[in-house]
Amino acid sequence: MGEWMTVTDPDLSSESKNICQYTSETKMSPSSLYSQQVLCSSIPLSKNVHSFFSAFCTEENIEQSISYLDQEQLETSRREMIGLQERDRQLQCKNRNLHQLLKNEKDEVQKLQNIIASRATQYNHDMKRKEREYNKLKERLHQLVMNKKDKKIAMEVLNYVGRADGKRGSWRTGKTEASFFLRNEDEMYKILLNDYEYRQKQILMENAELKKVLQQMKKEMISLLSPQKQKPRERADDSTGTVLSDAEEDAGELSRESLWDLSCETVREQLTNSIRKQWRILKSHVEKLDNQVSKVHLEGFNDEDVISRQDHEQETEKLELEIQQCKEMIKTQQQLLQQQLATACDDDTTSLLRDCYLLEEKERLKEEWSLFKEQKKNFEKERRSFTDAAIRLGLERKAFEEERASWLKQQFLNMTTFDHQNSENMKLFSAFSGSSDRDSLTVHSRPRQKKPHGVSNGSPVCTSKLTKSLPASPSTSDFCQTRSCASEHSSINVLNITPEEPKPNPVGREGTNQKWSMASRPGSQEGCYSGCSSTYRNSHVEKDDLP
Amino acid sequence: MNFSEVFKLSSLLCKFSPDGKYLASCVQYRLVIRDVNTLQILQLYTCLDQIQHIEWSADSLFILCAMYKRGLVQVWSLEQPEWHCRIDEGSAGLVASCWSPDGRHILNTTEFHLRITVWSLCTKSVSYIKYPKACQQGIAFTRDGRYMALAERRDCKDHVSIFVCSDWQLLRHFDTETQDLAGIEWAPNGCVLAVWDTCLEYKVLLYSLDGRLLSAYCAYEWSLGVKSVAWSPSSQFLAVGSYDGKVRILNHVTWKMITEFGHPATVNNPKTVVYKEAEKNPQLALGRLAFPAPRAAASPASNTESKYEIASAPVSLQTLKPIADRANPKIGVGALAFSPDNYFLATRSGQWLRPAPGPLTLSFEPQCSDPRRRKPDSVPNAVWIWDIQKLRLFVVLEQLSPVRSFQWDPQQPRLAICTGGSKVYLWSPAGCLSVQVPGEGDFQVLSLCWHFSGDSMALLSKDHFCLCFLETEERVGTAFGRPGDHT
Repeated sequence: MGEWMTVTDPDLSSESKNICQYTSETKMSPSSLYSQQVLCSSIPLSKNVHSFFSAFCTEENIEQSISYLDQEQLETSRREMIGLQERDRQLQCKNRNLHQLLKNEKDEVQKLQNIIASRATQYNHDMKRKEREYNKLKERLHQLVMNKKDKKIAMEVLNYVGRADGKRGSWRTGKTEASFFLRNEDEMYKILLNDYEYRQKQILMENAELKKVLQQMKKEMISLLSPQKQKPRERADDSTGTVLSDAEEDAGELSRESLWDLSCETVREQLTNSIRKQWRILKSHVEKLDNQVSKVHLEGFNDEDVISRQDHEQETEKLELEIQQCKEMIKTQQQLLQQQLATACDDDTTSLLRDCYLLEEKERLKEEWSLFKEQKKNFEKERRSFTDAAIRLGLERKAFEEERASWLKQQFLNMTTFDHQNSENMKLFSAFSGSSDRDSLTVHSRPRQKKPHGVSNGSPVCTSKLTKSLPASPSTSDFCQTRSCASEHSSINVLNITPEEPKPNPVGREGTNQKWSMASRPGSQEGCYSGCSSTYRNSHVEKDDLP
Repeated sequence: MNFSEVFKLSSLLCKFSPDGKYLASCVQYRLVIRDVNTLQILQLYTCLDQIQHIEWSADSLFILCAMYKRGLVQVWSLEQPEWHCRIDEGSAGLVASCWSPDGRHILNTTEFHLRITVWSLCTKSVSYIKYPKACQQGIAFTRDGRYMALAERRDCKDHVSIFVCSDWQLLRHFDTETQDLAGIEWAPNGCVLAVWDTCLEYKVLLYSLDGRLLSAYCAYEWSLGVKSVAWSPSSQFLAVGSYDGKVRILNHVTWKMITEFGHPATVNNPKTVVYKEAEKNPQLALGRLAFPAPRAAASPASNTESKYEIASAPVSLQTLKPIADRANPKIGVGALAFSPDNYFLATRSGQWLRPAPGPLTLSFEPQCSDPRRRKPDSVPNAVWIWDIQKLRLFVVLEQLSPVRSFQWDPQQPRLAICTGGSKVYLWSPAGCLSVQVPGEGDFQVLSLCWHFSGDSMALLSKDHFCLCFLETEERVGTAFGRPGDHT
């Protein structure tokens, strides 16, 4: 309270003094730093100033600039200081006033409390006085009322009733009085003792429970800490560790349970100490873990980032490598393709192609490629027409077979022999079994086949055409082979082509089947049959051409 | 829930016998004894004047009727209707009368607390106890009926005397460190006596049966102090309600405070369930009533049915501005009761507990102005139920009118509340219930008391009483609505 009073009033002291006082006494204020600097600057050639103002003072005008700056700085700082002093003074004034007010308030409170206390004592005193009077009155009243032998004060009862406990009321005499009292006291102490025993039992039970918990906790702590026990003990917690182990050894000497039941001071201390120590170890351990966790957490993001980056890099590297490989593969494929193409072209062009890959040549190759494509398309068309023809031929053959069967039947029936019938049956069987093979292909065309049934006149046109066309089919397969050869190097092409590949094969088989069936045909009836079918085939081809 | 027919009653004098077989009620100067089950009148006794107080003896064999105005006590026997006993205190006057726990002695307090006369029904002996103190609660018997503690005033100092009830021997006598002792109460185990000082000073003292001071507790100074005190049935806790609107719970090991329950006007904890009583079906009332309308408006909770609604988290309760410049301000916790299983504590804050006309209730009312420090909220419409296991507020019941009285079911945690309206309210942990008391006209329930079995309770109005029969165990579950639905 008095401290601020000791500070000399800045107004009273001289200005220079003021500065000193101000700077020395208000080191804590933020402005003091600046003012100190200013003070320092007033000392000529001080290092601070030199470094501070070296930017714009050259060697020639050091003195001049210093003096100039000194004057200016001094002036501003002085003004500032005066302002601050004024503020400080005002604040101190305010503070003084507030302190005065506080003091007044405190005094007031004290005064009021004193008043209350004095009133209370006065009140109590008066109360006591009144109570004494009242007591006197009561006493008097008592005497008047009770000793007057007020006949009214009485109990009328028909007959006295027995005691609730069945005992007879005993007369109190001087002799029995003391024994009564002693008996009562005994009883009271018994009751109290019982209560205390009961409570002690409860407390014992509670203690036992708590001890159990403590023991369990200790055990758990030991088991929890044992894996890391070695490290911390060896390092920082050496002392506690040894103490701990000592305590444990001591405990080990006695059986655990008996130790816990002992509640003498030393054991208790030992117990609490060991628990405390373990708790401390656990705490430090947990804190350490926490720190680690927090660290990991902090670094976690970075780590993850690094890992992902590494992964990324690895992955990209892998991918790049793959790309490289792919590129190389494509290159070789291209080369092979070109070679292939070259073999298809003239020998000299292949050498040329091998030597240089010029743009024009590439163009040319492309053109050739498209040509090939067109060719392929044509081939495809042709092949398709051939398959159609083959199908038709198959159907016709079947019809013919049936016809022949019926014819044979007729003939044999005319001859009427058992053996012939049997053989006919056999033939029929074989014919049917043969047709069943091609069922899937001939489902739609079957009803039409029955039409040419009756009209069948042999002509070799069909067969000739077949033989003609059959050699053509190898050419398509040749093309396919070249294609597949080229496509061996470009997987995409292979994929596109493979579905086409199985197509020629059934056609081929069909073709052979047809061949076979045709071979079995009797020549006389062929012409009519094929002629009829050819018209049908033509229309089919025309249809095919439309799309 | 069923109700009996309505019987006449005067002075709210209606009591179940301790064995639960009989029900005594008074109509002017007549004492009517009924069978609890059939409600048939078993005995009818006629006293010499208007009965002001009745009390059953502990063995349910006798019943005393006090007529204070005449300084008379009449005792009746149930076994022998022709047996009678009349005690006249004469000019000394009579202000209180009570049975001793053995049911064979009657303690009469004379006017001006000159003395207590102990009349025996077994012998002709009469004992006198001088200097009884006129205070809120000056006589206390232990639950086992062995000892009686009596507050005394001698030479302007407070004393407590402990008597052995069997022979009225003085066992212990000690002065208490109180300025002006206000009340005493035994712990249920009969080993600790709680003594509290006048409301001018917050002071709770705990004495052992042998007179040793175990502990003294003071929560604060200067402002008004203790208003009510209650022991938990286990003797483990002592709840002290005070004028600052708080209940402080002391423990029986260290006798220090373990928790403090405030009674703020806003309930913020969402875990606390707040049941608000709300009026039901106003349309129905509008439809048919034209004439009784003003009456209904005057007392909203009188005739219209009501239900409970659950209010959500921040609930502000209705508060009453206490009048500061009057003595006995209607602030502070005036009513406290532990549930029989110790799990709950019910409190009411904000209304002066008017001393009931009973033994030694010549109240020495404090002559004081308002408490200087804080003015606690007065929330007279609310009953606060605290969870003692978790030591937190469990439920608040806000009624439409100020809570008159509440009492726990002696068998289970079930609280019955009345507000002076025509309804009785029941709370159990399962939910709460508002029940209209049937009958013609208003049956304004001013007080209630449970039968010890918890199967029924007597509802008392100014001129009538009726019995309310509660469902038996298996039907309780359905009778009490879950917190979700309102009955």
